Amino acid sequence: MKILVTAKRVEDYESKIKVKPDGSGIFLEGLKYKINPFDEIAVEEGLRLAAKHGGEVVVASVGGKEVQEQLRHALAMGAHKAVWVNHAGPLDQLGVAGLLAKVCEQEKPDMAILGKQAVDDDQNQVGQYLAELLGWGMATFASKVESLESDAEKAKAPGLAVSADGKAVRVVREVDGGLDTLDVQLPAVVTTDLRLNQPRYASLPGIMKAKSKPIAELTPAGLGVDVTPKLTITKMAAPPARKAGIKVPDVATLVEKLKSEAKVV
Amino acid sequence: MSRSPVTDLYRIDDMLTAEERAARDLVAGFIDRDYLPKVGRWFRDGKFPMEVVPTLAEMGVFGAPLPTEYGCAGMNNVAYGLILQELERGDSGLRSFASVQTSLCMYPIWQFGSEKQKRRWLPEMAKGRAIGCFGLTEPDFGSDPGGMRTRARKDGEHYVLNGSKTWITNGSIADVAIVWAKVDDGDSKSIRGFLLEKGMPGFTAQDIHGKFSLRASFTSELSFQDVRVPAANLLPGVQGLRGPLSCLNSARAGIAFAVTGAAIACFEGAREYALSRQMFGKPIAGFQLTQEKLADMLQEIVKAQLVSLRLGRLKDEGKVTPEQVSLAKRNNVKAALEIARSARSIFGANGITDEYPAIRHMLNLESVFTYEGTHEVHTLILGKAITGLDAFGG
Ligand SMILES: Cc1cc2nc3c(=O)[nH]c(=O)nc-3n(C[C@H](O)[C@H](O)[C@H](O)COP(=O)(O)OP(=O)(O)OC[C@H]3O[C@@H](n4cnc5c(N)ncnc54)[C@H](O)[C@@H]3O)c2cc1C
Repeated sequence: MKILVTAKRVEDYESKIKVKPDGSGIFLEGLKYKINPFDEIAVEEGLRLAAKHGGEVVVASVGGKEVQEQLRHALAMGAHKAVWVNHAGPLDQLGVAGLLAKVCEQEKPDMAILGKQAVDDDQNQVGQYLAELLGWGMATFASKVESLESDAEKAKAPGLAVSADGKAVRVVREVDGGLDTLDVQLPAVVTTDLRLNQPRYASLPGIMKAKSKPIAELTPAGLGVDVTPKLTITKMAAPPARKAGIKVPDVATLVEKLKSEAKVV
Repeated sequence: MSRSPVTDLYRIDDMLTAEERAARDLVAGFIDRDYLPKVGRWFRDGKFPMEVVPTLAEMGVFGAPLPTEYGCAGMNNVAYGLILQELERGDSGLRSFASVQTSLCMYPIWQFGSEKQKRRWLPEMAKGRAIGCFGLTEPDFGSDPGGMRTRARKDGEHYVLNGSKTWITNGSIADVAIVWAKVDDGDSKSIRGFLLEKGMPGFTAQDIHGKFSLRASFTSELSFQDVRVPAANLLPGVQGLRGPLSCLNSARAGIAFAVTGAAIACFEGAREYALSRQMFGKPIAGFQLTQEKLADMLQEIVKAQLVSLRLGRLKDEGKVTPEQVSLAKRNNVKAALEIARSARSIFGANGITDEYPAIRHMLNLESVFTYEGTHEVHTLILGKAITGLDAFGG
């Protein structure tokens, strides 16, 4: 089975993000970048499925040449080859989905696994757009029944269950207050939630091998996709700074403040 | 812990290849996620955490600079140095484990071993299924290993070993010990390396207790009483002090990289603490005296990183000399030790507990100052290179 996974380059969530005073964006100096954690879960799931059912994992990313770092990361984890859509300019979610749809038409995967969202802009749209553009079935927020401490997880068993005839996949979805189980016909788009798996560490031999794995370079023009954004960011602002806490002298004052100021009791 | 951009003021990152950065970041991720949250406890309990060995092995840390044909990663020395830097940022005990396994055991087997010895041990050691130790130091011979008393007497197809070694990292948990001994009645030119296996009759190991340094690592005494070692367990490729010294030289280059990890941990921790700790109504980072400490730390970290990077490149180009290694070990360990002490002072009373990293690194670095050639011995090596005069005595 062939699985396409994504690897978006995002700011390391441990970096200190500062919004520019004019609200036009964030300061990029000194920021560290990583693969989007939800995408890393997608790569891991792809590798587990390929290990169980045979087949290959293709990792795709859209961006300037720096995104090759995230592609190499996925290759070092074990992905077989990479597709890089070289585009350094502005891009919105529909643009990304359009490019990925063309990549899917070329690669013809049985499943495309994406992070449910990227931790930089938290849009949660690309997977859904992609399924729509391809006319494929879709299951978002894939999770798994077993816990991340379970033996199944330790044995690196996939959380996505492909049917015996290979024509469908069973996806356990995380929804408010419970789990929802879907059977989706293949090919399908699946987006990952946090509890689907614990991604493996890459390995040093993997890093060395990744050097010689192929990265195919494509462009929006070559793919025939107009990526002019339909969405523009007009302003960015930092959330209001949290006020410092206060100390109260006794319980009575605390209860009084909870009533009058916090209004929670 | 996130690394503040100021720690790489000199953009040394830009001088690394993508693979070198990826190797470093891989190990850094493991240290942050799986090691640092528990290290205080391991240090307090005086235990090396055996449970991390399979993960490190899966990542390919052991024997990383050795070739792929023996199940190793085949990385260059700069990447390997950066891996050690991150391990040491976790704890010097963890880094010592990796250094001993790789530079002091796998390296000599690869460099001086027979093909059969290589096939038997290297893949197993890379997978962390066999652990090694390196026995050179003796109770009465530390800086002067040429005086060692351990002897191997040839007896048919065997050698019979008698003597003892001490301060041996991983001694009690090792499956294979590389023991250096003089053969028959020979002098230091007769020194050979022997592969002693766990359970050989007459070979015992006992841990040294009461350590205040490298507590999250096992350090042991080895004793040999008529241990019969098959002649096939002798390392055929080297004779004399050159054997152990070339292993040490390779390990020392790694140490020059490694200690910067401890220094970075102390610097980052102290910087963060100084920004949040308020005294006299402002953060202690706002006082000039604290800033001087932090400026001194950063300056030494930058210098140490440049020295070790250059050393690693020279090693990769096959141009490295022992004097270069001595300078890097001597400079970087001293710098890291002073950074740890200075960081300790910024943490105030909190700094003497294992809740904060400084005192643990400070205590660890006292060992690093002494092992792999004491600071003084490296001074003498440089002194001899500068003047042509040998000040070792003897
Ligand atoms: C935690 C730890 C782990 C270790 N692990 C290992 C291991 O795995 N394998 C192994 O073989 N060894 C190991 N060692 C031993 C280490 O290599 C020795 O401690 C080191 O070589 C110094 O020897 P010594 O302790 O006997 O000190 P000594 O040689 O007695 O030195 C004492 C002092 O005298 C100074 N001195 C000695 N000679 C001279 C001279 N000519 N001129 C000026 N000053 C001099 C030294 O610099 C030092 O300050 C370890 C040590 C420690 C602390």
